[in-house]
Amino acid sequence: MDAGLDKVDAIFEKETAIIDGVDISGPWNRMFKERVIWEYTPELIDKVADLPGGESFAWCYQCAKCIPVCPVDMVGNYGPRKLYRMAQTGTDLHKSEELWLCTTCANCLRVCKKVVDMVQIMPAVREQAVLDGNVPEELQKAFEDTAKFGNPLGQGQRKRAAWTKKSDVPVPIMKKHGQPVDVLWYVGSYPSYHPRGIDAALAAARIFNALGIDFGILGPEEKDDGDTQRLAGESGLFEMLAEHNIAMFNKYEWNTLVVTGPHELNAFKKEYPKLGFDRSALHYTQFLVQHLDQLKPMLKHEIKATVTFHDPCYLGRHHGEYDAPRELLRAIPGLELVEMGRCRENGYCCGGGGGGMWLDSFTQNHTTMRLSERRVLEAVAYGAEILAVCCPFEVSRFEDAAKSTGNDQLKVLDILELLDQSMRG
Amino acid sequence: MSNDIFVVTECLDGKVSDISYEMVGKAKELAAASGGQAVAVMLGSDMAEQAGTFASDATIYVDDPALAHFNPEAYGKVVEALAAARSPRLTMFGSTSMGMDMAAWLSVKAERPLIAYVNSLSAEGDELVATSQVYAGKMAAECVPEGESAIVTVLAGAFSVEAGQGGMAVEQIAAPVPLDGLKTRFVEMIMPAAGDIDITAQEKLVAVGRGIGSEDNVELAEELAEALDAAVAASRPITDAGWLPKTRQVGKSGLAVKPKLYLMLGISGAPEHLEGMKDSSLIIAINTDENAPIFDVAHYGTTEDLFDVAEAMLELLE
Amino acid sequence: MNIVVAIKHIPSLADELEVNDEGTNLDYDMVDFVLNEFDEQAIEQAVLVKEASGGAVTVVGVDVIEELDGVLHTALAKGADKAVKIVGDLEPGIDSHTHARWLADAIKEMDADIILTGVQAADDLDGQIGPMLAAHLDMPYLGVVTGVEVAHRVATLYKEYAGGMMGKYAVSLPLVVGVQAATKPPRYAPISKIRQIAKTAVIEEIEVDDDGPGAAVMLRKMSPPVSTGHANMLPGDAEAVAEKIIAIIKERGLL
Repeated sequence: MDAGLDKVDAIFEKETAIIDGVDISGPWNRMFKERVIWEYTPELIDKVADLPGGESFAWCYQCAKCIPVCPVDMVGNYGPRKLYRMAQTGTDLHKSEELWLCTTCANCLRVCKKVVDMVQIMPAVREQAVLDGNVPEELQKAFEDTAKFGNPLGQGQRKRAAWTKKSDVPVPIMKKHGQPVDVLWYVGSYPSYHPRGIDAALAAARIFNALGIDFGILGPEEKDDGDTQRLAGESGLFEMLAEHNIAMFNKYEWNTLVVTGPHELNAFKKEYPKLGFDRSALHYTQFLVQHLDQLKPMLKHEIKATVTFHDPCYLGRHHGEYDAPRELLRAIPGLELVEMGRCRENGYCCGGGGGGMWLDSFTQNHTTMRLSERRVLEAVAYGAEILAVCCPFEVSRFEDAAKSTGNDQLKVLDILELLDQSMRG
Repeated sequence: MSNDIFVVTECLDGKVSDISYEMVGKAKELAAASGGQAVAVMLGSDMAEQAGTFASDATIYVDDPALAHFNPEAYGKVVEALAAARSPRLTMFGSTSMGMDMAAWLSVKAERPLIAYVNSLSAEGDELVATSQVYAGKMAAECVPEGESAIVTVLAGAFSVEAGQGGMAVEQIAAPVPLDGLKTRFVEMIMPAAGDIDITAQEKLVAVGRGIGSEDNVELAEELAEALDAAVAASRPITDAGWLPKTRQVGKSGLAVKPKLYLMLGISGAPEHLEGMKDSSLIIAINTDENAPIFDVAHYGTTEDLFDVAEAMLELLE
Repeated sequence: MNIVVAIKHIPSLADELEVNDEGTNLDYDMVDFVLNEFDEQAIEQAVLVKEASGGAVTVVGVDVIEELDGVLHTALAKGADKAVKIVGDLEPGIDSHTHARWLADAIKEMDADIILTGVQAADDLDGQIGPMLAAHLDMPYLGVVTGVEVAHRVATLYKEYAGGMMGKYAVSLPLVVGVQAATKPPRYAPISKIRQIAKTAVIEEIEVDDDGPGAAVMLRKMSPPVSTGHANMLPGDAEAVAEKIIAIIKERGLL
């Protein structure tokens, strides 16, 4: 129906109008028919809000505060308010490609007055899409590999500790170690298998040894934490992995659980407890900062470079840790730490969270550049020679981005690698 | 039981496949040692000419219209009947689309042991020793078949083609079993879509495999190929994923190539792929897995990251 | 239409394979087992045939290491209707001939119209099970198939040959098909769905206990292949390697 015509037709006037015995006939009683202010239907919003976890989608009042802070919008056209509007006007989020662009970085949640929580909404809707078989191919491969091999890289489970053979210091594997440890180090999939991740794992092993930490790893008994797969919609896979890892954690005696990656931190602190895991965990930056007095004198070699630090979404916004990584960086002699404009609470996202790690080609069709490329350009603009990171997703993402944007001079290093360099020269 | 060795040869689109000559050559060697004959068996219709190209001690050509195109049901019956009548000590099939359809079937029907994926065959006294490349070539299993008569399927490229080529008198016979009432009917042969470049005619190829990771990265290979004045070829997973057309596939179910340069990005070297490229003059393999079988075939190799190497090469070439 | 998929649970190639102390076979304690990748294609093709032409899909496999349930639950989650496992006092290393005999005995009871199986498996030392099933069941076989359509009790099959050639065949049911690749890539079965099914699904069991004929092949020795030659590994970092590669290509007059 043509809304304009409808409005004109709807004006009417009663010839005689008597209300409560008073005659109010005349042109002043001109009335309008009930006007339809819902030119759209709420079903598609309800479809999201009716899901457990999806409720807050309906609370959006379209203030659009989320849009300028959305990292995807910065390289495309996105954000919770836009998704809400799309749902209002006929887009079924369950079937839309937009469903897969959110990295669950939570910057929108930080500014949202109505607490519309994409970190809950996204996995809820994606789970339905996954059940319906609407999964982007790349992501499906990561799910399949994780289900088959226990890691999204599709590498053999028994090869998970193969990296330790390259280590020049001992890395005890719990099963063979046969005794309790002070620190159980959950290495994670990328540090176990990805060549650049392994570099960070080897550095961590050297640092732990230098500090005299009594530690061990699960090795072939460790599987991916599964949290990113959960956020990408595969809650069953997450549960399966969580059950396995919890059983392994409970199998051994240890005091502190230390993780290499922020996503694992999120898994073990926020999600595993829902499945009965009752211990806490520390990100390695949080753990090492506790040993800073001991560590500082070992950092003998200068790293003369301008360094900027990228806050991982899942360490910063999700777990409020902004200082530990910076304290570690400041402890390195010669190193000059500069902050990028988007840092700390407003830190930009590398694009890897929430499944983005396994959706690079898919995402490319919806963005003008990769989030990681956007971030690398920012780091370069602030004069950084080294982009320091502390999330295993990021090293390869930013290194690729540095190359693809023609900024090969920008080095991307994990804080572990920087500490190790400063220790060993 | 005779001391003869049967080689079930194959023709595709009217042309004898190399694997047939490879098997005939090997069969001759084995038969000579054991005092038997290497018998080439060809099935077809109007293919006496092709049947006369083997260096075998004898050639049986079974001519029947029902054998004009490969039909496992018809071919199986004929081979079964011939093997029953002449009791060869060994029956060789190619480990190919045709051979694989018949060998295991015959093994059960004729109750003869079968060894598959064979790339080495020898006689040790009365015993036949076959090496099977199992687990996608990751293991070599040395096997001895029990009993007097055995079957093998042979990997292409295991033996010399030349040794099996020659000319011999052909014994042409009619089908030894009736071939009516078949449940399998050949309908037509669908040829590969023309229009794309012919990778078998290229001097230089840049081949991409699973290690390339995603469709986007194929572009890098294309850039590198352009800089090298080469064409892009691929292993099966890449064409299966639709990242490159099927016409670019090298290997068993693709094309066999012999370029002067075969530069491989992220191909581990499954036997099916090796089959299609191992005769290239210069093979350079870039693969992060140091244990990848490709390094046993390549002339030069590196385990450096393929993207780093490819990009560095591009820069140097510019 | 009764569609049956015969599957094999085989050692995973994702890890390094190790041989036993005697050097005569794999060290099965050191390998994980996975569904043969071609069987995964066969399952997908079976479900596609069912979706296109109706019928019910039964998946049957030998439970070699008592870990087949997960595979069968996954098949059910993908659209199979029934799962059957062949059980007994089994040890890993069951040859293809024994596999085929047991599977054929089980399938004989299923009144199958079309039997799909992977064209090959990495552990097919004594041959592929598809043609063996056909021999036992006295049905025609066609392998290396990349497309299956069924109408009016005739299956139209596309068989791959070398050089990108493809043979089109028409075979009347019942028959056995060796699947190289399904018409579409295998669908994903969400673990949530698999776990749900695992709670309720009933897997039918068939006991085997026999000393029937097997492969009749003696495995004398198993070892990683001896490399006849090894690539000359180029030293240095990516740049050094790139330089060297270009130098080699130039040296051969190819640039």
